[in-house]
Amino acid sequence: MSEEILTTQDLHLYYGEKEALKGINLNFTDKGITALIGPSGCGKSTYLRTLNRMNDLIPNVTITGTIKFKGQDLYAPSADTVQIRKEIGMVFQQPNPFPFSIYDNVIYGLRIAGEKDKEKLDAVVEKSLRQAAVWDEVKDHLHESALALSGGQQQRVCIARVLAVSPEIILLDEPTSALDPVSSSQIEATLLNLRHDYTIIIVTHNLQQASRIADRTAFFMNGELIEVDQTKNIFMNPAQKQTEDYISGRFG
Amino acid sequence: MRRLFDDELAELDADFTEMGMLVSEVIQQSVDAFMNRDAVAAQKLIDQDHQINEREIALEQKTFEMIALYQPVTTDLREIVTILKAVSELERAGDHARNVAHSAIKFGTKQKIPVLEQLIAEMGRLTTQMMKDVLTAYVNKDEHEARELADIDRKLDRLNHQVRADSYEQMRQDPSFETGASIYLNVSQDLSRIGDYVTNVCEWIIYLKSGQIIELNSASSGTEG
Repeated sequence: MSEEILTTQDLHLYYGEKEALKGINLNFTDKGITALIGPSGCGKSTYLRTLNRMNDLIPNVTITGTIKFKGQDLYAPSADTVQIRKEIGMVFQQPNPFPFSIYDNVIYGLRIAGEKDKEKLDAVVEKSLRQAAVWDEVKDHLHESALALSGGQQQRVCIARVLAVSPEIILLDEPTSALDPVSSSQIEATLLNLRHDYTIIIVTHNLQQASRIADRTAFFMNGELIEVDQTKNIFMNPAQKQTEDYISGRFG
Repeated sequence: MRRLFDDELAELDADFTEMGMLVSEVIQQSVDAFMNRDAVAAQKLIDQDHQINEREIALEQKTFEMIALYQPVTTDLREIVTILKAVSELERAGDHARNVAHSAIKFGTKQKIPVLEQLIAEMGRLTTQMMKDVLTAYVNKDEHEARELADIDRKLDRLNHQVRADSYEQMRQDPSFETGASIYLNVSQDLSRIGDYVTNVCEWIIYLKSGQIIELNSASSGTEG
């Protein structure tokens, strides 16, 4: 049993008066994929964003409870959000490459950190793009605009951009919902390769995607964590009726 | 909210139960045909056996379709898997009923052996009852009843052993009984196998309710035969 890398204790989040997360207790062990599923508005994306403080930018948000990354409180006054987001990277629903070359996209984080060694940057670009399973497709076009790539390639370049700063945890918010099935399956294959080296937390509306790739699945509803278990148990024999109803398509 | 899947599942469920009733009737009639040595009724059962096979294939196709189109999970998946597995058990039970009908014809006018006649009648009664009860247990998704039926299967196995011992004894006493006694042996074995298949259906009913795949009567006659 690997140790817990990220822990959430009694996490509440309010948008103004509205309580969007109602006391979430959820821990993540090192490495592997956890899928967060649940109906729209259940709080799973809100929860994901608390894990690298993306909600800081939204006005009127109040957060109580504790999130610890390797024992350090993410919301401590002394916590450095830049450092947090380097260690806990995020990939979004819409591929969002910067309007630069593929190369400059991947090294963006390192360049901001002041890295100038060309040889080192080259190596990071190749390694990250290989890890994101897009190297062979883009290696001859590294200095062309990332915006010229297909959606699926853009998304893998975005994953490479996160990998380039050597994170420990990768958060993905519906990373394939804007992609066609071929690109989606390439992203899934990429994640399956990465799960041995990273702790991956993915929000998905695609239940089959969760059942295909996730080691663990967590079901959220109405701001609460209803159930978390091995993916096999969730899809074969969940403990909670609400989980069963949701994944069997019995809504309302 | 009622899903399209629920309607299709209800239809599948009804078709499965109907096939079960058909198999149940065939078992009853083949036992009767044997007890009465009714070659005409027996031949009719043999000629109709393809009906069971056709229903099995239709049900299998329907379950494959539903798996492909709806990708069922949890209880939905267990319902489908239960039917898929149980139709094979029913079909095999039907095959053994057909064998009993064959035995009725083969026995013809050979001399009956009262002690064996009695044992076979009892086995036939238990087998037909088991088959009827397992359908009720399936319709009611009654795990408890499914477990109780396994006890009847054990009783059948004991009777099967009794038939075997008595048949050999009869053959030893009077070698002219040899052909007749060997037919009793076959019928007894067929009825015992039907009991095993019904027990397998019971196991699938338990799986349907609990998600656990278990083995009732693991040292049953099926392994000795």
